[in-house]
Amino acid sequence: MSVTHRFGQYGGRYVPETLVSALEELDEAYDRYREDPEFLTELHELQRDYAGRPTPLFAARRLSDRVGCTVYLKREDLAHTGAHKINNTLGQILLARRMGKGRIIAETGAGQHGVATATVAALFGLECHVYMGEEDIRRQELNVFRMRLLGAEVLPVTSGSGTLKDATNEAIRDWVTNVESTHYIIGSVVGPAPYPAMVRDFQAVIGRETRQQIMGKEGCLPDGVVACVGAGSNAIGIFQAFREDTDVRLIGVEAAGLGLDSGKHGASLARGTAGILHGSYSYVLQDEDGQIQEAHSIAAGLDYPSVGPEHAFLKDLGRVEYTSATDDEALEAFQALSRLEGIIPALESAHAIAYLLGGAHRFSRGDVVVLNLSGRGDKDVYSVAERLGVSR
Amino acid sequence: MKSLAEVFADAGRPLLMPYAVGGYPDMESCARILRTYREAGADLIEIGIPFSDPLADGPVIQAASTVALARGVRPGDVLELAARAASEGARIVLLSYLNTILAFGPERFFAKCGQSGVLGVVVPDLPVEEAAELQAQAKEWSVDMILLVAPTSTDARLRRITAAASGFIYCVSTTGVTGARATLRSDLPSFLERVRQYTKLPLAVGFGVSTVEQVAAVAAYADGVIIGSALVDMVAKNSDFASSLTAIREYLGNARATLVAGSPH
Repeated sequence: MSVTHRFGQYGGRYVPETLVSALEELDEAYDRYREDPEFLTELHELQRDYAGRPTPLFAARRLSDRVGCTVYLKREDLAHTGAHKINNTLGQILLARRMGKGRIIAETGAGQHGVATATVAALFGLECHVYMGEEDIRRQELNVFRMRLLGAEVLPVTSGSGTLKDATNEAIRDWVTNVESTHYIIGSVVGPAPYPAMVRDFQAVIGRETRQQIMGKEGCLPDGVVACVGAGSNAIGIFQAFREDTDVRLIGVEAAGLGLDSGKHGASLARGTAGILHGSYSYVLQDEDGQIQEAHSIAAGLDYPSVGPEHAFLKDLGRVEYTSATDDEALEAFQALSRLEGIIPALESAHAIAYLLGGAHRFSRGDVVVLNLSGRGDKDVYSVAERLGVSR
Repeated sequence: MKSLAEVFADAGRPLLMPYAVGGYPDMESCARILRTYREAGADLIEIGIPFSDPLADGPVIQAASTVALARGVRPGDVLELAARAASEGARIVLLSYLNTILAFGPERFFAKCGQSGVLGVVVPDLPVEEAAELQAQAKEWSVDMILLVAPTSTDARLRRITAAASGFIYCVSTTGVTGARATLRSDLPSFLERVRQYTKLPLAVGFGVSTVEQVAAVAAYADGVIIGSALVDMVAKNSDFASSLTAIREYLGNARATLVAGSPH
């Protein structure tokens, strides 16, 4: 069976001709190796011995008391490098090696994907360049330092708003230029086919583990699964195992920034319209001429004016409930989880927590909800301190 | 009105094809640039509709697009520029990213192109697999959808692209984005030879052609030479617009002389 290119009308491959042969090559490589026992064994061993999988599923008792239902946290923050991003970069670096590509590039927003890419490039001794918006470099300086320690070159991007969208543009331009020697490790379920399906498959390990773990602990499936949605890889990754279980509510939380009506948010599904960004057809924040608008979120990883095409499909289908949380709500949730559970979450994941704390979740006592804690918040402490007016 | 095929056939020599960012540096100056192109001997003029995220473009065209957008230039304005230039006798091809066309409405877009006298449309982020629907709509208005080939295109892809193409084939000279290069790829002649095995359509070469010497070199084996960033840069670099026009006129004059002097193939 070939790799999925379309999710309903969404997805596709809208890129310059120069890249198409490379995408066909990637398509073939992925199709060949995704069921190859040797490839899967190597990936599994790295996930276990290097990335620390399976990540735990933790019963968050004090958070549960606060929100009024039983909440489990899927601890992706405990995966190596501190977020779920490593699941995808491990898979893609193994493909890059099999395709004989010696040079790796990536884009990054919060820096978590950049760190996860720099990490696997170091592990295999490959050259690595990470594009990162100037604004993100400022607010995620810890991750910039980590990438440089890992031997990657961090390339600042000044065009546009200097965030994830612009970093992705620059990474694609690099790839067009160096396509013969380079593999581009896209960090989320976006981009031209086969990326959305391939990244989803590499992230689906989150959902597979969660399903097994919750059955072990509760003896039944959860009533709901909650995850934040920027471009959407952690959400797709955990949702995937529950797609067919229609009794399980799947909830994706977008970034409402300063408010959905403020024009400063990252809620592509709530406020976007169908269009093309970075090679695929999906919901996009754009004006009436199709010019891409700047997104805004306190969480750099959600600061993106589009979303994975499969999310667009799931929204139209009605299978996933998409909602949103503002910067302020996320900040509050960031502090709440720190104090209630002794876990400092990434600002991105804090949006999902904010949804449960917000009280509009319609879960009742006795209901079991799994929240994908996609990353840890160490990277965010400086910008949160700045925001709260705490001096460094 | 002549079709693109006729424009190439009638010239009997490689065409001079300068590119401008629509509405840059402003609407009126852009109209003057287009007029200068024509008077200096342009055979076919390519006008780009500014887009917020031009993935296939290098820094010069990105910056010019940003300026045009900041001035409020909209796709409809660029279509009007094209119509005006065409009415003055210029032969026009538009370059638009796909999202612009989708937002405008493909039917309305190609209708406008047809009514404005636009001969062809280049969509740099639309590979042949996704092109059929737009091609059908373009055809209704006798507008050619110009497909691109790249040095990385496999033979199988060249066969598919050339089979679907009309007007001319846009040959991307190198892997990379638009913008000046010190040297052209040494395998450019063999790349064009490879494309010619599959098609009788004219081959125009773009991306990275900047000096008059490069124009002459490309003209030795291509049917058209597209010059973009080098010209846009003449506007960006000169603080005085009159000097920009002088530089453009001189450059295109020299380029045209090499094309006319070179023997037709």
